[in-house]
Amino acid sequence: MTTHIETPPRPQVPKRHEELDEVVIRFAGDSGDGMQLAGMQFSNETAVAGTDLATLPDFPAEIRAPAGTLFGVSGFQVNFSSHDIFTPGDNPDVLVMMNPAALKVNLRDLKPGGIIIADTAEFTENNLKKAGFATNPLEDGSLTKYQLFPVDITQMTLRAVEGLNLNTKVASRCKNFYALGLTSWLFTRPIDPTIRWIEGRFKKTPELVDANIRALKAGYHFGETAEMFAVQYEVKPARLAPGKYRNITGNSATALGFIAAAERAGVPLFLGSYPITPASDILHEVASYKNFNVYTFQAEDEIAAVGSALGAAYGGAIGICTTSGPGMLLKQEMINLAVMVELPLIIADIQRAGPSTGMPTKTEQADLLMAIYGRASESPVVVLAPATPGECFFMAFEAVRLAAKYMVPVIYMSDGYLANGAEPWKIPKVSELPQIDVQFRTSPEGFQPYLRDPETLARAWVKPGTPGLEHRIGGLAKEDVTGHVSYDPINNEKMVRLRAEKVARVAMDIPRTDVHGDPSGKLLVIGWGSTYGALVEATERVRAQGKSVSHVHLRYLNPLPPDLKEIIHRFETVLVAELNTGQLLKIIRAEYLVDAKGMNKIQGYPFKVGELMQKIQELLEE
Amino acid sequence: MSQAATPTLKLTRKDFMSDQEVRWCPGCGDYAILAQMQKVLPELGIPRDQLVFVSGIGCASRFPYYMNTYGFHTIHGRAPAIATGLKISRPELHVWVVTGDGDGLSIGGNHLIHALRRNVDIKILLFNNRIYGLTKGQYSPTSELGKVTKSTPFGSLDYPINPIEIALGAEATFVARSVDVETKHLQETLKRAHEHKGSAFIEILQNCNVFNDRAWEPITDRATKADHQLVLEQGKPLVFGKNREKGIRLGKDMNPEIVTLGDGVDASQLLVHDESNPSMAYILSRLGPQFPTPIGVFRAVKRMTYDEGANAQIESAKKRLGPGDLEAILNRGDTWVVK
Ligand SMILES: Cc1ncc(C[n+]2csc(CCOP(=O)(O)OP(=O)(O)O)c2C)c(N)n1
Ligand code: SF4
Ligand SMILES: [Mg+2]
Repeated sequence: MTTHIETPPRPQVPKRHEELDEVVIRFAGDSGDGMQLAGMQFSNETAVAGTDLATLPDFPAEIRAPAGTLFGVSGFQVNFSSHDIFTPGDNPDVLVMMNPAALKVNLRDLKPGGIIIADTAEFTENNLKKAGFATNPLEDGSLTKYQLFPVDITQMTLRAVEGLNLNTKVASRCKNFYALGLTSWLFTRPIDPTIRWIEGRFKKTPELVDANIRALKAGYHFGETAEMFAVQYEVKPARLAPGKYRNITGNSATALGFIAAAERAGVPLFLGSYPITPASDILHEVASYKNFNVYTFQAEDEIAAVGSALGAAYGGAIGICTTSGPGMLLKQEMINLAVMVELPLIIADIQRAGPSTGMPTKTEQADLLMAIYGRASESPVVVLAPATPGECFFMAFEAVRLAAKYMVPVIYMSDGYLANGAEPWKIPKVSELPQIDVQFRTSPEGFQPYLRDPETLARAWVKPGTPGLEHRIGGLAKEDVTGHVSYDPINNEKMVRLRAEKVARVAMDIPRTDVHGDPSGKLLVIGWGSTYGALVEATERVRAQGKSVSHVHLRYLNPLPPDLKEIIHRFETVLVAELNTGQLLKIIRAEYLVDAKGMNKIQGYPFKVGELMQKIQELLEE
Repeated sequence: MSQAATPTLKLTRKDFMSDQEVRWCPGCGDYAILAQMQKVLPELGIPRDQLVFVSGIGCASRFPYYMNTYGFHTIHGRAPAIATGLKISRPELHVWVVTGDGDGLSIGGNHLIHALRRNVDIKILLFNNRIYGLTKGQYSPTSELGKVTKSTPFGSLDYPINPIEIALGAEATFVARSVDVETKHLQETLKRAHEHKGSAFIEILQNCNVFNDRAWEPITDRATKADHQLVLEQGKPLVFGKNREKGIRLGKDMNPEIVTLGDGVDASQLLVHDESNPSMAYILSRLGPQFPTPIGVFRAVKRMTYDEGANAQIESAKKRLGPGDLEAILNRGDTWVVK
């Protein structure tokens, strides 16, 4: 792909260039202002420019909350850097604020001396009142400890699209691109990727292509020419591992992981789903890949979604169901059945903050115990969790591989933060992906429905339509080997233990656990899932102070890695950090008889590096 | 696509009997239904491995264990959802669903409605005994108002639903009713369901002799059935009675009425059954208690099936976009190279 940078007219004022190592920008405005888009596009520009990055979209559950209100503020934070980074950053250096409510909500996070770009047109008396400002902060001197850039973004946007015959409402919708253009100039990001994106997105309405590109360029040129911007910042490309990269969100990576796995297995993919935030985008993306022999089925409810996936798995497809916590609850009876009939089934739980409807657009990790234990009777399944948006691809792939290999349901646990967060992703080569070896039994010779592979304990996967292998499966207790309905007490215990042993044997497939930091010492921090970035950064920084802290991050939650026990016992203290009230903590304490401590947060937001460091330091001082 | 009936395939009723001992109560209507299915299947010329029976939970839902075909006894109410996933991804299979009045209309009502409206090419048999058999006799959604059972010692308070109306309301393309003891009629109806392309729904009036004996008595009893059964035949006037002396016509208010033939009333004034006429099916489904109970096919129309549509979409996507290229989608969008 060729990227040619727009060459703007020569600046009238010579600009000073300043190089920065790392910048955190937060875009915010009304939920209708297009801030998610501006943030995502900025991330894409900076990704193409070669920096490392991490993002945190943060939006309300309301689609278009009343304009100007505090609860309607939608924000997108992006951290980009010339070195490796792992989190979207604790506190922004820059706020791009489309109205007073956005400023009100976000100002408390801004670093001292930080930059504020604000759309003056929106700082009307009415909007100020709605945001709870007595006087206009852009004018009353209250922001003097920051670098304030008041810009009439609305007016300038309207001027930029003049002559295109758009009504004012449509025209002013382009202001997110104006703001993006200006921010792109300020941080020397190429706007070409955004231009290409606009051309693709509005292909069917050429006047919108025109308008949005004009707004984008106008913002970019304004930075170049306006005197108030004396400095242009630059963040040099990061030294990432060599390879070809793209920017990817967790949900996108999950969708691609499932498709890649089905391809490598040579088996059609069936995704049954019922729309739910923050999982729906996986359904949307997979649905666009029908030419990969992909079936997507929007079911009438959560139960039918997982039921259809199980039906497809019975028929010999890779059956997948995507959902979030409230949907998980409804699916457990079907997962229970999948455990009993020993069919491969993948359930992706993109966790969100609860209980109940909770905070649908916010993140949390509180479904872990439900995933491992939340079914009737003894119902073991494999539970996996990716650690970063890019890793979602590999863990989704792994979920399919293990389900098919062991003929077992696998629960894949992502969350809202991974789902919508993005990072540069080193694109794997298809030829380097493992082959998934799916064998359908066709020989009637000695066939019994519950005969097991001696190594994995998996029973054979038999497709209906195979002559001579007609048999019945179901939720009633079955006799070992023959699969006949059986109420024999000893047989029942045997089957319960066999199913548990089968899941336990998945441990054979778990790679060695990496310990970040010294292999033994004072404090071991254990995390799982999306907290990875914050934990790496926090433990690295405390280690840099010469202290003894190491970090282990779990991708396999059930079964646990076989080497974890030994690692844990090499440390004096264990801290389990997670976004719930201590679910993995309970498991670690129970499994390894260790007096582990918990670091917990249930606010709908990821950990901040600062708060983790504080907790780690406290424990090290004890 | 489905394997055409091979004349050389000689199967008998015995071939469809599994090695499992049938465990319904002696005298249960389910036996008769099982027997008719096992008699009909050999005539269809489909190899056993191409047949799948999917069921929910209940006495009725034990059905798959007794069929020597592929079978999946699932969970309460969800069989249509599982069958849907199976049929979409394996359109060549013949998929039958067996459910009960509780399984299909209570806990699984939602799935039944949606499977029918989508017109997934599955055949749904609802064994209606107007009771929860397996849980030992609580009232069901089809039990009559005021039904006294263990869970309703003072009588049930909820108005019953009519399975046929539910199916018609869901825009099912094939809707029929038959009776466990009407062996010939049931066989014919099963065959019709098999021949229909799309969702086929058959309500089978079934006797639970243990918890709701004689629930369908006037319709099934030899002495009374002629006056209580209205056998629907395509293109034939609606006639019933021991001597076929009674008929149904549309009265002044467009309401159906019973008339006696002769005395100036002849067959030409009677309603003529038409399976493709939605109003006819609707009228028949709503005949009041003073009318005989229609059995036979209420409605049979053609519409694209969901599984056809789903597979056609994949084929057309392959034509339009070419076969899936994994390398290409992994590399989609803006990319850059780090050296
Ligand atoms: C989730 C769940 N809830 C309740 C039950 C208990 N249960 C089993 S069968 C049944 C009712 C079955 O009635 P029906 O569908 O009419 O079948 P029948 O036994 O009459 O053939 C109930 C309530 C169950 N198996 N699963
Ligand atoms: S309880 Fe009723 S429906 Fe169930 S097997 Fe016995 S007779 Fe048949
Ligand atoms: Mg019943």
